[in-house]
Amino acid sequence: MATINLNINGKSQVVDVDPKTPLLWVLREHLNLVGTKYGCGIAQCGACTVHLEGNAVRSCSVPVSTVSNKKITTIEGLSENGDHPVQKAWLEHDVSQCGYCQTGQIMSAVALLKSNPAPTDAQIETAMSGNICRCGTYLRIKDAIRSVNTQR
Amino acid sequence: MLAGGGLMISFSGLGKLVSSENIDLKNVADEWNEITGYIKITPDNIIKILNPNPEFGQNVMTSLPMIVAEELDVDWKKVIVEMGPHDNVKLGPQFTGGSNSVRMYWKPLREAGAAARQMLRDAAAQTWSVPVDEVTTKAGLLYHEKSGKSGTYGEFASKAAANPIPKGIKLKDVKSFNVVGSSSRNVEGSKIVTGKPLFGIDSKVDGMLIAMIEHPPAFGKKLKSFDASETLKMPGIKDVFTIKLYEDGFEQGGFDTRTFNDLLVVVGNTTWEVMSARKKLKVTWEQITESKETVAGFRGKTEVVIPAELETTSAQLAKMVEFAKKPAQQLRRDGDPETAFAKAAQVLERTYTAPFLAHNCMEPMNFFAHVTDEKALFIGPHQAPGWIEPTLSKVLNMPADKIEIQMTRMGGGFGLRAYGHYMTEAALISRKMKAPIKLVYSREDDMTYGIYRPMYTATYRAALDANKNLIAFHVKGGGIPEHPIHANRFPAGAVDNYLAEGWAIPSNITIGAFRAPRSNFNAAAEQSFLDELAETMGKDPIDLRLELLKRAKENPVGKNNEYDADRYAGVLKFVREKSGWNNSESKKYSRGVAAYFCHNSYAAHVVDVVKKDGQPYVEQVFSAIDCGVVINPDAAVNMVQGAVVDGIGNALYGGLTHKDGAPEQNNFNRYRMIRHKEAPKKIDVSFVKSDTDPTGLGEPPFPPVFAAVANALYKATGKRYYDQPFGKHVEINSPRM
Ligand code: FES
Ligand code: FES
Repeated sequence: MATINLNINGKSQVVDVDPKTPLLWVLREHLNLVGTKYGCGIAQCGACTVHLEGNAVRSCSVPVSTVSNKKITTIEGLSENGDHPVQKAWLEHDVSQCGYCQTGQIMSAVALLKSNPAPTDAQIETAMSGNICRCGTYLRIKDAIRSVNTQR
Repeated sequence: MLAGGGLMISFSGLGKLVSSENIDLKNVADEWNEITGYIKITPDNIIKILNPNPEFGQNVMTSLPMIVAEELDVDWKKVIVEMGPHDNVKLGPQFTGGSNSVRMYWKPLREAGAAARQMLRDAAAQTWSVPVDEVTTKAGLLYHEKSGKSGTYGEFASKAAANPIPKGIKLKDVKSFNVVGSSSRNVEGSKIVTGKPLFGIDSKVDGMLIAMIEHPPAFGKKLKSFDASETLKMPGIKDVFTIKLYEDGFEQGGFDTRTFNDLLVVVGNTTWEVMSARKKLKVTWEQITESKETVAGFRGKTEVVIPAELETTSAQLAKMVEFAKKPAQQLRRDGDPETAFAKAAQVLERTYTAPFLAHNCMEPMNFFAHVTDEKALFIGPHQAPGWIEPTLSKVLNMPADKIEIQMTRMGGGFGLRAYGHYMTEAALISRKMKAPIKLVYSREDDMTYGIYRPMYTATYRAALDANKNLIAFHVKGGGIPEHPIHANRFPAGAVDNYLAEGWAIPSNITIGAFRAPRSNFNAAAEQSFLDELAETMGKDPIDLRLELLKRAKENPVGKNNEYDADRYAGVLKFVREKSGWNNSESKKYSRGVAAYFCHNSYAAHVVDVVKKDGQPYVEQVFSAIDCGVVINPDAAVNMVQGAVVDGIGNALYGGLTHKDGAPEQNNFNRYRMIRHKEAPKKIDVSFVKSDTDPTGLGEPPFPPVFAAVANALYKATGKRYYDQPFGKHVEINSPRM
């Protein structure tokens, strides 16, 4: 067990956990931020995507001890009222089916648009191919990302 | 159908998720007048509609309440939707599966909406002392034109609720609908995109422990002994013990699938601690001995043999070849197929195979349970709580009225969540720990537990005379451990001499419903065969199907043909038109077509393949669907697009193989799922305009995708694809990141 200082969604948090614990489980079970999802635990599905210093990372594969005091953003910290342009685009395109993968998809999309505000289709496809959607909503995800791009 | 009216105490809990995007509930009076089991109205005219059926992504949270709102005559934007409690008396069958939600609730929900509107009109008529026929409604308001009186539904709700529910109220004409048939967004959309705790795996209460189960690493093995001393020393671990899922002699219901009966349970404070501690278990497994089980399913009791063998995929395939040669069970016979084949000028014979498929719902199996001596509370994702409740009641020896099951949004189901082993497991673990627990399956647990889509094969034969007329058709299908054949479907009814046969090989690998069970294989095989048959006959593949359907309509062969030949032909013609089947634009693509009937609906796809980076890629798809009235068109398009993507993924990459009983894939690094860049760029979905009562939608578009892909791949590569997944035969790179 170790005391670790975290900076999550602009708030300082202190947790006392095994330093090897993946960030995913610290978020979900110690900090009750359950919008970050568990899908595979081995960085293959993207359900657990969060931002570390603005970059998309798979929180299931990031030991919590390696991110102390680094800036972490989860879906809960993306916007105050669910009104981030990407979240709005998701609603406008009614993307979700079961919805389980979608917070991870959104976090990947936001990171992509931050580094590349006007991605080509091929760039969207590459950036989003780490996020699995069993319900098959990929076309709407792409449409939603494109619409954010053209709105700017 | 419905219980009486009256004031209802509002309930709370994780499973009850208010869904309005437009209403600030803080200022709403907490006085809900229940008018029919599905509708509640406050004095300030806030209207709440309960969704009766479990939501797993098919969007019933939105579409079912829309049906109520239509007949109730309220402004949809002002409706609050809430997940209903598990109450089969008040809220009907509450079962998600078989593409049944809209089909089975269409009439009851319309009747509930119409009855409630009538009750409100009666209440207003009594209060205003006017004839009820003169009371009209519009968007949640009541009017009496002659006297100029008006009021809200809310004002009359308590009076209306006190009256009995009328029967036989006239329903609206489908043509006058304005909520049903107009696209509405997912009522839980905002909650999903902001990461609210909607799913079972998000459940948490004070004092809750986490449980995980170590199941045998291979089918055909069971627990022999274990040493948990190292595990128990790990931080946060509370206990390690075994449970017996069912006692000896327990008679299983059809959805009580038990893959492994003796389970090793690790309980601790957090998921990560339990996951880590599991790795320290020292377990010895041993091979099972052959046994027999009695299962009480929908079709009565059956005796199932569970062999002891540790199965390997290559041996399973060899065994299927051997069984395919043996005599099989006759499922349907028309005319004299043997004689027709004997005198045929030409016989086309092809064999198709498909592997086990894992469901791979993105939310792994999990359930919250809190069992005490007095009652049992369950919260989590399940497609049919009413099916598992009797089992829980038996296993816990507790009357059903002491068992409460709250339904959460499911992160996918696809059939797997109709089975209840994880609820039984959670119940036993909570009782043993005397604490609230959440049972969590890791992805590896989820993928290696069983309840797969079965492994299938089928051999199709067609007899042609000297003029290349089709004179006989024969299908002989089998599988591990069931055969896939739907004997009364197309082309049965369209060929004079027809024979369908089935056989099965027992296995200890468990199976279950998987999006369009059996159809998902039949369509793949039969519709590929028809493509090759059309080519052999020198015919266009759509024309051949239409000719056969014409025969089935005008002069049907045999009895019990399940499909409507006109509607079947309708989607083929529609997709031919929408895709510009033979136009010059289409020449850019390698094109494949397929169609299928299941769950009372009709689906046809045209798939266009191109070469991308030297490899075949499905670039666009045209889909034509006839599912009767479409409730929520844009959401229905989403569903069909999803089924197409899912179909392409499973056709190209899906498959679970075994070595000595152990699954060779246990996570997404080895079980390949379709990725964003592999999805088509465009999926154009068209619905046949129809006033016919709605039929299934979640499943019907899925099965024919496999064959349309196979037929397009043939055009692209010159090779026919008989064995799924096709990706192992086509060179398709791993795109993983
Ligand atoms: S849970 Fe982290 S990538 Fe799947
Ligand atoms: S919406 Fe269900 S997994 Fe993506």
